[in-house]
Amino acid sequence: MFESLSHLALQQYWWVIISVLGGALVFLMFVQGGQTLIYQTGKTPEERTLLINALGRKWEFTFTTLVTFGGAFFASFPLFYSTSFGGAYWAWMILLFAFILQAVSYEFRNRKGNVFGARTYETFLFINGLIGSFLLGIVVASFFTGSSFTISEMNEMQWESPLRGIELLFNVHNLTLGLALFFLARTLGLLYFRNTIDDKNIAVRIQKQLWYNAIPFLILFLIFVIWLLLREGYAVNPENGNIYLQPYKYFYNLIEMPLVLILFLAAVVLVILGIAKTLFKNSSSGIWYTGPGTFLAVFSLFLIAGFNNTAFYPSKVDIQSSLTIMNASSSHFTLTVMSYVSLLVPFVAAYIWYTWRAINKKKLTKDELSSGEAHFY
Amino acid sequence: MLENIDFTLVNWSRGQFALTAMFHWLFVPLTLGLSYIMAYMETMYVKTGDPEWKRITKFWMKLFGINFAIGVATGIILEFEFGTNWSNYSWFVGDIFGAPLAIEGIMAFFLESTFIAVMFFGWDKVSKRFHLLSTWLTALGASLSAIWILVANAWMQNPVGTFFNPETARNEMTNFWDVFLSETAVNKFVHTITSGFVLAAIFVIGVSSWYLLKHREQLLAKRSIVIASVFGLLSSLVLIWSGDSSAKEIVKTQPMKLAAMEALYEGQSGAPLVAFGILRGADKELTADSQADFLFKIEIPSMLSWLAYGDGESFVAGIKDLILGNEEKGILSYKEKIKRGYEAQQALIALKEAIKEDPDGQEANALKAKFRDPVFIKNNVQYFGYGNYYDPDPEKLEKNAFMMVPPISMTFYAFHIMVILGGLFLLLFVVFLYLIMKNQLHTQRWLLWAGVWSIPLVYIASQAGWIVAEVGRQPWVIQDLMPTMKAVTQIDVGSVMTTFILFAITFIGLFIAEIRIMLKQIKVGPQKKEDINHV
Repeated sequence: MFESLSHLALQQYWWVIISVLGGALVFLMFVQGGQTLIYQTGKTPEERTLLINALGRKWEFTFTTLVTFGGAFFASFPLFYSTSFGGAYWAWMILLFAFILQAVSYEFRNRKGNVFGARTYETFLFINGLIGSFLLGIVVASFFTGSSFTISEMNEMQWESPLRGIELLFNVHNLTLGLALFFLARTLGLLYFRNTIDDKNIAVRIQKQLWYNAIPFLILFLIFVIWLLLREGYAVNPENGNIYLQPYKYFYNLIEMPLVLILFLAAVVLVILGIAKTLFKNSSSGIWYTGPGTFLAVFSLFLIAGFNNTAFYPSKVDIQSSLTIMNASSSHFTLTVMSYVSLLVPFVAAYIWYTWRAINKKKLTKDELSSGEAHFY
Repeated sequence: MLENIDFTLVNWSRGQFALTAMFHWLFVPLTLGLSYIMAYMETMYVKTGDPEWKRITKFWMKLFGINFAIGVATGIILEFEFGTNWSNYSWFVGDIFGAPLAIEGIMAFFLESTFIAVMFFGWDKVSKRFHLLSTWLTALGASLSAIWILVANAWMQNPVGTFFNPETARNEMTNFWDVFLSETAVNKFVHTITSGFVLAAIFVIGVSSWYLLKHREQLLAKRSIVIASVFGLLSSLVLIWSGDSSAKEIVKTQPMKLAAMEALYEGQSGAPLVAFGILRGADKELTADSQADFLFKIEIPSMLSWLAYGDGESFVAGIKDLILGNEEKGILSYKEKIKRGYEAQQALIALKEAIKEDPDGQEANALKAKFRDPVFIKNNVQYFGYGNYYDPDPEKLEKNAFMMVPPISMTFYAFHIMVILGGLFLLLFVVFLYLIMKNQLHTQRWLLWAGVWSIPLVYIASQAGWIVAEVGRQPWVIQDLMPTMKAVTQIDVGSVMTTFILFAITFIGLFIAEIRIMLKQIKVGPQKKEDINHV
């Protein structure tokens, strides 16, 4: 089946998968966002445990999606993996540290003998929430703004900035997306809490916090999108693989790929609808609009970064070193093998859906915390 | 040529990876084995309806949860470190190595993380049978993830199912099944996973022994010991069998590793196995005159030949045979391999130059054809990595050849510690099983203490196994194709030192917390009986 596809078709197929994983990852960042709001939305230790418990049964999905996103990138576009991870060393390392802290915090927080006290683990969760979302936004923004690297003829990477990834923080457009993602994660976190936890006091606080987070997110995201559509982009000549700068490249990408444009617009509508329903109608179903909207928005952003003859990981110092889905990918054979494996994805999604429903049938209440059966963090 | 290599950077990068991998490997084996033990216990609960089984299951599950979190945390670092610290490697092998990692994510991690949530949160939310299924699927997910990462690791030890593409300057996969089902991959998986099973069995026996010593939780302890002893005994037998087939495979694919494991300097027919020994001066610089020097040793005649070839008379190559070559036995010297690898590297450089001139020119095409020529592949490309040790000065070349040896004493001791302890554990399982069936175990206090003290020992054995596999294969990151020094990311050494220190501090902190929580949890024991009954 996949064998007969051209190398380019397989590369495109894998870029779609990367985009799906990217979209899913950002949606699942509601866990990170929620982690930064434990103290604003939970005022008693009991309420905080309830909030952490709500996130605790989902954090592994975000974590696993991040790992799979990394693994899929490694397998399908290894030149990106070696260039970005090895190059932007500090950006990725800081992100990593934030995730180490997260994984243990849920399980250790409430345990006797945890040495550092519950507060420390809650701080770890906050750090993970802040850095996890913000730095990921910074790195994704560099897909449009570019980084300082060269690739030798043996495909060895040379990173020109001695700051090894920290320099990405000094770009205002990167910062815009980083902050937008931080506020988006918080917004999603609030909507998730609203949907999962049945508690009046918490619901009131969520409502208030949503104003403080959804509005900054919408403003920052709007700024990022306007800037993106107006800036020049890194285009690839499909004939010879040469890369050049083209004005309004990403705007053209949207116009030339109308399906992506429709998806993007639908995404924006869904995101706003979910927020508005919660803010003005006090609905608890906002996450079901803003969540899929987020997924679609990120999915379409990835598509305009890599499709329509665009370099998805541009080099600012040597434009011909920029990475495209053509020059950074695995071989035809490997992509074919991997494509067969990708057929498992719908099956995986189906069992995740089924078990989520089974676990989330009942909303979380304070009563559960005193149940002998509950596993709580 | 080696003058251009920054060995400080290489060593710090290696140190960082070793730190992370060994720390990760403190937690993963318990997850691998304990998940099956719990699943069996829960099966007993569902079958008999006896709430005591549920209580037992939930107790071990709690310990599993504490341990699992830290295993996950360290696992993500390893995956990312391939990119951050070994970027040249990531490109060189990404076409092959990345695939198992991605499959691991799609196939195993989601299975594990989905059903672990049901396992912990689903007791009163899903049916008994669905919960049981989730526990089994969590165990299966853990084993599946082990398969894929070990397939990737096995490929580094024995790169099969691949060819070197000079145009992309990397290895590309040609046969997935060769990679997946290579002898190395199968041995590695079976040996590693059963070592995890043994570790978990010892852990369960150790904790249960402590309860028996304290006259607490007798029923829990006895039931747990029965299950763990049987599980441990069966696993030990497979572990030993797979260890044996590993040795037979290593002698073909990584003969230097086998020679270092036994500190065998001079090859011999009917080679004896050093069952136990203390080495002298093995860490001195290796030369053509170096000899094995044991302060003390116990040997089993012809055993090494038998272990390696299943025939007590066979010739086993020693460290010096491999470096200097042995014409009679058809062993090519390292100097020759270095020259041949260097030729392959020079041909690659020439090809790149020719492509610059004219990508489809005569010269470029001729060189491309050369890399597809089976004779050139067999004689030169398969020694590609050796070329990095080339030096036009014959003296330096000779010296470089003697550098291509793993740390001998470390490999030797790690191997022997692993094997001796593995044998002891087998004995322990037999004795525990026998006495518990005779209902005499609780009277043997010294034996119960031995059970408790086996816990640190099994961790030592497990770490020693990692050292044999990973230190023993040095200087290669990919056997014969890429030396570790060429795989490293070019970055200032200060950055790597800083992250190393940060990792070390974080790990120490987490380790202390983990141990204390575990000990506390064991001390507190399982839930009270009255709590467990309201379902």
